[in-house]
Amino acid sequence: MTVPCCGPKCSAFCAIISFWGIIMLALLGIFFYIEAPALAEDLPIDEDVWAAGNYNYTYVSDLYKQVAVNCWIATGLYGATFIFSCIMLKINLRSSYSSS
Amino acid sequence: MMKITIITGGMGSLYRSEEMASCQLFLQAEAAYACVSELGELGLVQFRDLNPDVNAFQRKFVNEVRRCEEMERKLRFLEKEIRKDEIPMLDTGDNPDAPAPREMIDLEATFEKLENEMKEVNANAEALKRNYLDLTELKHILRKTQTFFDEAMSDQGMTEESIVLLGEEAVKTSGQPLRLGFVAGVILRERIPPFERMLWRACRGNVFLRQTEILTPLEDPVTGDRVHKSVFIIFFQGDQLKSRVKKICEGFRATLYPCPETQAERREMSLGVTTRIEDLNTILSQTQDHRHRVLVAAAKDIKVWFIKVRKIKAVYHTLNMLNLDVTQKCLISECWCPIRDLEKIQMALRRGTERSGGSVPSILNRMETKEQPPTYNCTNKFTKVFQDIVDSYGVAGYREVNPAPFTIVSFPFLFSLMFGDAGHGTLMLLAAIAMVVFEKRILRQKSDNEIWNMFFDGRYIILLMGAFSLYAGLMYNDIFSKSINIFGSVWHPTSGEFSAEIIKTHKDLTLDPTNDTDYRGVPYPFGMDPAWQLSLNKIKWLNSFKMKISIIFGVGQMFFGVVLSLQNHRFFKDSISIFCEFLPQVIFLTCIFGYLIVLILHKWIAIDATDAGCAPSLLIGLINMFLLNYPEEPCSSRVPPGQKGLQSFLLILIILCVPWLLVLKPYILKRRYQATQQKSSSRLGTSTEDGKSAEDAIDGAIQDDSHGQYEEELNLLEIVVHQCIHTIEYCLGCISHTASYLRLWALSLAHAELSEVLWNMVFRVALKVDGYLGVISIYILFTPWACLTIAILLLMEALSAFLHTLRLHWIEFQSKFYKGDGYLFDPFSFDKIIESRADEV
Repeated sequence: MTVPCCGPKCSAFCAIISFWGIIMLALLGIFFYIEAPALAEDLPIDEDVWAAGNYNYTYVSDLYKQVAVNCWIATGLYGATFIFSCIMLKINLRSSYSSS
Repeated sequence: MMKITIITGGMGSLYRSEEMASCQLFLQAEAAYACVSELGELGLVQFRDLNPDVNAFQRKFVNEVRRCEEMERKLRFLEKEIRKDEIPMLDTGDNPDAPAPREMIDLEATFEKLENEMKEVNANAEALKRNYLDLTELKHILRKTQTFFDEAMSDQGMTEESIVLLGEEAVKTSGQPLRLGFVAGVILRERIPPFERMLWRACRGNVFLRQTEILTPLEDPVTGDRVHKSVFIIFFQGDQLKSRVKKICEGFRATLYPCPETQAERREMSLGVTTRIEDLNTILSQTQDHRHRVLVAAAKDIKVWFIKVRKIKAVYHTLNMLNLDVTQKCLISECWCPIRDLEKIQMALRRGTERSGGSVPSILNRMETKEQPPTYNCTNKFTKVFQDIVDSYGVAGYREVNPAPFTIVSFPFLFSLMFGDAGHGTLMLLAAIAMVVFEKRILRQKSDNEIWNMFFDGRYIILLMGAFSLYAGLMYNDIFSKSINIFGSVWHPTSGEFSAEIIKTHKDLTLDPTNDTDYRGVPYPFGMDPAWQLSLNKIKWLNSFKMKISIIFGVGQMFFGVVLSLQNHRFFKDSISIFCEFLPQVIFLTCIFGYLIVLILHKWIAIDATDAGCAPSLLIGLINMFLLNYPEEPCSSRVPPGQKGLQSFLLILIILCVPWLLVLKPYILKRRYQATQQKSSSRLGTSTEDGKSAEDAIDGAIQDDSHGQYEEELNLLEIVVHQCIHTIEYCLGCISHTASYLRLWALSLAHAELSEVLWNMVFRVALKVDGYLGVISIYILFTPWACLTIAILLLMEALSAFLHTLRLHWIEFQSKFYKGDGYLFDPFSFDKIIESRADEV
């Protein structure tokens, strides 16, 4: 806990981006979960598989849920990154405070 | 001394600049310094230079200014020394008052003492270091030459006393043992090769050089650089060679040291040198400590001293601008000051007189003057940035309508039309809120970074731009290029019309708003319907919509500008301009573009999708109005009955406006002048009845008359040309500026497309990865998407939209009413001087 692996600017930047990532990916996950049509073009739809299933809606619905879960897991990962960068920020502040 | 502050009723209005008064100030000679320094603290008076022809060396207080500059020079020297030692200078944010003239002598003495001390310490340190260098080099020489002599001895097996290098034969031939002399010294390592060559050539190879490097770099006493040197020893025979070798050493700036020949002597010398080096080290470190202590003591007060000296200098500069009156006891000055603050200025003068212990109070006298007063706008931290935007183009004339308060709303609004994205608007808003909330802390840190300072100074305008962009984004229904569906989309294709087979077989289908199955009949309550985002003709529809609203807002802003010109005419009691300029301008603008707006609204309201094939084209319609071209088109039955007549009438009005604007004002001005001419000539007729000085009167009158007539003729030409330019500028400008407002549409389209492309090319790739591998791709690709959003959309696009909004304000809006021919009020203020000098230093 003594030597920070990124400097003060880097950790502040990571903290801000992670915070944005948490909020945005969480919301995105919710929107995918409620099957918003605006996000339909972002789904990993495989035309052949869908055609084989006779274009039924359950395929698309499953994909929606899958991407939602993906987004939420990524939210968790960014949460971890946020905590890590906050710790780095604290270490940087402490070391600069003690040296000055 | 208790300072009484008066709270005046609020700030002045920003609508017009403050009323200024030209005043004469009478200051008693003893109280002058104190009064001027009080006025400097107040910062509300602009002094005029009453001695513009006097050169700087002839002014009254030139000696004091010279002394101040000496003091500043000493302070700068001290500051440089402090910076060299990297001692932090304390900046308490204290604002000391300008010290009295007698304190100046104390300050001078302090600085003199400090400067002398520093110079002494520096000189001593240099001498000590030089000594230290000599001793170190000598130490190295003694050590290295030991090895040379050892080698020579071990090779030849000779005795210590004499070293023979030429061999037995030489001894035999000459019959005497040869005695070799030597010199030892130190030279810069780079110079060794040319040194060697020179020695070889000059002494014809009869000298022998041995050299070896000194491993540790030595410090040069003057520059403080570390240099690499080498020890050398040169063996030669005879005095001639000795002198030649010495000259060459001098030329190459090698330092020669006396090196004893015997080893015992060398050892003794070595010991002596080592002890002396240790002593010198102690003395040197003590000298450095002393210097450090002096500098640390100075560093505590140096910022305060700088401020004091600058204030004194500023006061004397101002005193140089004053005039000494006849009795030599009073200083007179002329100045501009805001009428509202005359009370404050009187209080400041009273305080100054009391402080200096003068008996006679200073007098502030208002004067009448024909000069144009300076423009003074009272701004606070919020309105300052908007006033700066307006002043950058041109400072408003005295008491003309100030565009700044309107800019507070119209600038962020037009920006938001071009930047409309709720996601980007939110980010901008959050960044601005962060800057505003931590504003005190950031102000204390006083950053040097120019770009950061520019963003920080504009934090309020960024706040407003972000908030307005958030709203515009919700209206355009665009959040990071996606639409959100809050109220339920009104496009509902039913399964009857669009069955599964039809969807499977057709690639593209059209939703028809005319039937009740696809479209609910009632539009989406707030903003764009979210269904448009997924449609293929989204851009076509949005283009039409955005172009029309750009025209509406643009013409609205231009009309508002013309109305402001009416306010200016009324304030300056210029009724000719109201009748000859404002009226034709308004009629021209309304008849062309007001009518266009009516057509736009009519097209939106009265024509629905059932008539889509016959919807009237606005642009072609407007062109046809001017060409009186009413073609027999298939939809001519749709044209409302009176339209042709109305358009012809408007066209006649428009055509009439041009000569009205061009001719009427010069004509009326000429008639007025002729009327005054007749009046003065009739007066001339009555004076001849007196008879006494009739001839003189006639002569004078004729001279005046011809002179006046000559001037008037010239003025008439000027007026006509000016009016011509104004007419052409306005009429052509109306049309071109209206088209120019279409940039609101163009930039908004570009922004939306950029945002969509960024999402499709970067983030969609992450979302389209199937399975749990998608987690990794989303985690990895979110950051570059975010960074590119910030760099391209938030920084570059925002800057671009800012620039275009600026142009729309400066040219399209302000050209309708703004003269901008004033000059800024530049008061004598210590705060301004100290801040500006702080930037310099």
